[in-house]
Amino acid sequence: MYGIGILKTFGVTVGRFVTTFADDLKWFLKGGFGKRYSPEALPERQSPRGRGVFTVQYPNEKLIVPENYRSFPFQVIDPETGKTRCTACGICAKACPPQCIWIVRAMDPETGKAKREPAEFFIDVSICMSCGFCVEVCPFDAIKMDHDYEIATYGRDAGEFVWDLERLSKPLAHHAAIHPTQYAAEKAEQEQKAAQKKARQ
Amino acid sequence: MAEEILISQPTTEALSTLEQHFPGAAQPAEYEGIVIAPGHLGKVASFLRDQLGYDYLSLVTGVDYPEATAQFPARFETTYHLFRSKGGGPLVLHVHANRDDPVVPSVVGVWPGASVHERETWDLMGIRFEGHPDLRRILLWEGYEGHPLRKDWHEVYYEEEKKPFSSRHPEGRPVQAEERAPLGCNLRYPPDWSPDSWEPQAEMRVYAPMDEHVGDNGRSMPTDQVVINFGPQHPSTHGVLRMVARLDGETIQQLEPVLGYLHRCHEKIGERNTWLANMPFTDRLDYVCSMSNNFGYAVAVEKLMGVEVPERAEYIRVIMAELTRIMNHFVSIGFFTNDIGVYLTFMLYALEERELIIDLFEMASGSRMMCNYFRFGGVARDLPEGWLSVAKELVYERIPRRVEEFEKLCLENEVFRARTIGVSALPADVAVAYGCTGPLLRACGVPYDVRRAEPYSIYDEFDWDVAVGHNGDIYDRFKVRLEEMRQSLRILRQALERLPDGPIQSKKVQATAKVPAGEAYGRVEAPKGELGFYVVSDGTANPYRYRIRTPSFANLGVLGKISRGHLVADVVAILASIDITLGEVDR
Repeated sequence: MYGIGILKTFGVTVGRFVTTFADDLKWFLKGGFGKRYSPEALPERQSPRGRGVFTVQYPNEKLIVPENYRSFPFQVIDPETGKTRCTACGICAKACPPQCIWIVRAMDPETGKAKREPAEFFIDVSICMSCGFCVEVCPFDAIKMDHDYEIATYGRDAGEFVWDLERLSKPLAHHAAIHPTQYAAEKAEQEQKAAQKKARQ
Repeated sequence: MAEEILISQPTTEALSTLEQHFPGAAQPAEYEGIVIAPGHLGKVASFLRDQLGYDYLSLVTGVDYPEATAQFPARFETTYHLFRSKGGGPLVLHVHANRDDPVVPSVVGVWPGASVHERETWDLMGIRFEGHPDLRRILLWEGYEGHPLRKDWHEVYYEEEKKPFSSRHPEGRPVQAEERAPLGCNLRYPPDWSPDSWEPQAEMRVYAPMDEHVGDNGRSMPTDQVVINFGPQHPSTHGVLRMVARLDGETIQQLEPVLGYLHRCHEKIGERNTWLANMPFTDRLDYVCSMSNNFGYAVAVEKLMGVEVPERAEYIRVIMAELTRIMNHFVSIGFFTNDIGVYLTFMLYALEERELIIDLFEMASGSRMMCNYFRFGGVARDLPEGWLSVAKELVYERIPRRVEEFEKLCLENEVFRARTIGVSALPADVAVAYGCTGPLLRACGVPYDVRRAEPYSIYDEFDWDVAVGHNGDIYDRFKVRLEEMRQSLRILRQALERLPDGPIQSKKVQATAKVPAGEAYGRVEAPKGELGFYVVSDGTANPYRYRIRTPSFANLGVLGKISRGHLVADVVAILASIDITLGEVDR
């Protein structure tokens, strides 16, 4: 009969409408008002099991960022030396597709020789495409991708978008906190290397 | 018998066959394929189409050789990639033209689909196609100086020929791109051209016939025809596409898509980049399905490099590509319902599923849309813990139900049927001749799918069917899309079940790795149709030529033809049913 299809379509939308309230009720029975928008409920709501209203109440709620997420690079500061792990080798600057990394190697004022550390390190984040190649090619684990995505600014001068070493530096603890699996793997590898070195001596 | 041999070894056999029929017209090319003498091209093309069955022209492009190479002198080279719509490998034709006044006969008469590709080659490479009915610029405008893909052409903010640049900051301080090419100083006009006396050609072509039709519509009341502009800022054009349409009442008499509003000369950027550095740039082509774009580029360059892909990586690639297909079809159907007037309800249902799939991409690759996940010889990183269980939950539980729901929403709904059945029916032979691919072609009843016609990766190991329609109208296009989602789920179930352990990359490819000299055409079945990457290497770390055959661009070539005689409101539906992304059309 003509019109059955339209009724079926309405059936789907009405079903969704009912599900929304059913889901609200489910969370209400679990923990009262506001439970649905609590941090414990968010992972379930955003998973394939999620029903009802799918949206996230940003900025009151924020999506859970996975470990691999990449926004912009940062330099890892080693707590032992208080300096960056970067040796100014320039591999990342070569691999960078939009060529947004600029490194100036530090010079030893006494001997006049190049040191294995950067004097200046710039990333132009206005042309950085967040591809993560710099992290992949870095042999010293000195550069990592950050999770911070709230970095909009009011100006558009070079000062706002060309980040220098100071702006890029973040402590090792930050890396360990946002990349727990990766950090554990790096640490295990380092310890293994140290043990091998000891065994050889 | 002869046909079977031709499928296994197209080039050598075709060469000897052509030698028999057209003595002196053909000779082997430098890397791959056959060089045809320009004078013979028209006859050879008809012969190949009618006698040998090469009815589908995938790509026409040009390559600039300002220096003489080992075998041939300095030249422009046009390259044609021909396929059979029955399946099989490519037959590659090359035609040489001299560098001072490059002219090549057009093949639009044999394959009408060549029209858009020839226009693009004229636009970007400056090769004139004699006999082309409408040889105008397609991506750039008339006030643009030169042909950018020529090797001796440099942009206004030119820095260096190839990356990695020696220094991006020669003054010793960071400089932003805007300082280097300030507004107002970043364009050049052709010498005999002025913006004041300029008449846009696209409009003129549609406006001109108006005068002929004034007061003459064969009806009792004499009426005028009107020209209207759709876009480029119009919510139903899916981006910055513009359509100029001449109407009689509400009926479309003529329609002309105007492209190029999102053009960024991706190919010139690609030729400056290193091979690997192009990978994240391919994400930006069809920004809805970046995984498929990665896939196509990886397949093309791996052909040149000859690297093997480990089994686990192949499975991961297939899983990602099929998830992308499901996601794209959800988006396509969702936006279509928006376009025909259901507004946001179903679109948001579709985006919900897309959200869950891009969450998976984000977990694996680190980015929701610009995945940059594929590498030459594998994928960037292994699947994280917990990925498989979420993927299985989606593939086994959630998406099948949603596909069913969408079938209910669309295919049975009388309003949807009234708007789609019988609208813009495209005959199968026209679709093949115009080089249409993807659901648009399969809805006409041509079971052409690159995954089956010329299997790449490990698609021949899975059990699945090619979704085919019958009538070629909008309704069938969506029926095919829904069926394809089912088939993708079928592939995904097998792939997730059989996913082996092992390495994910055969060998780490350096960012500035050199690629052996040669040329390759890698094509994959992207959700929107056949996506091809034509790459030429001269043995260095940067591509010599990098050309992308995008499905949206090729499919748009038929838009004017299938819109004629339909209502204005239907044009929106027709455009949505072709399923285009402007990032890919304009590149």
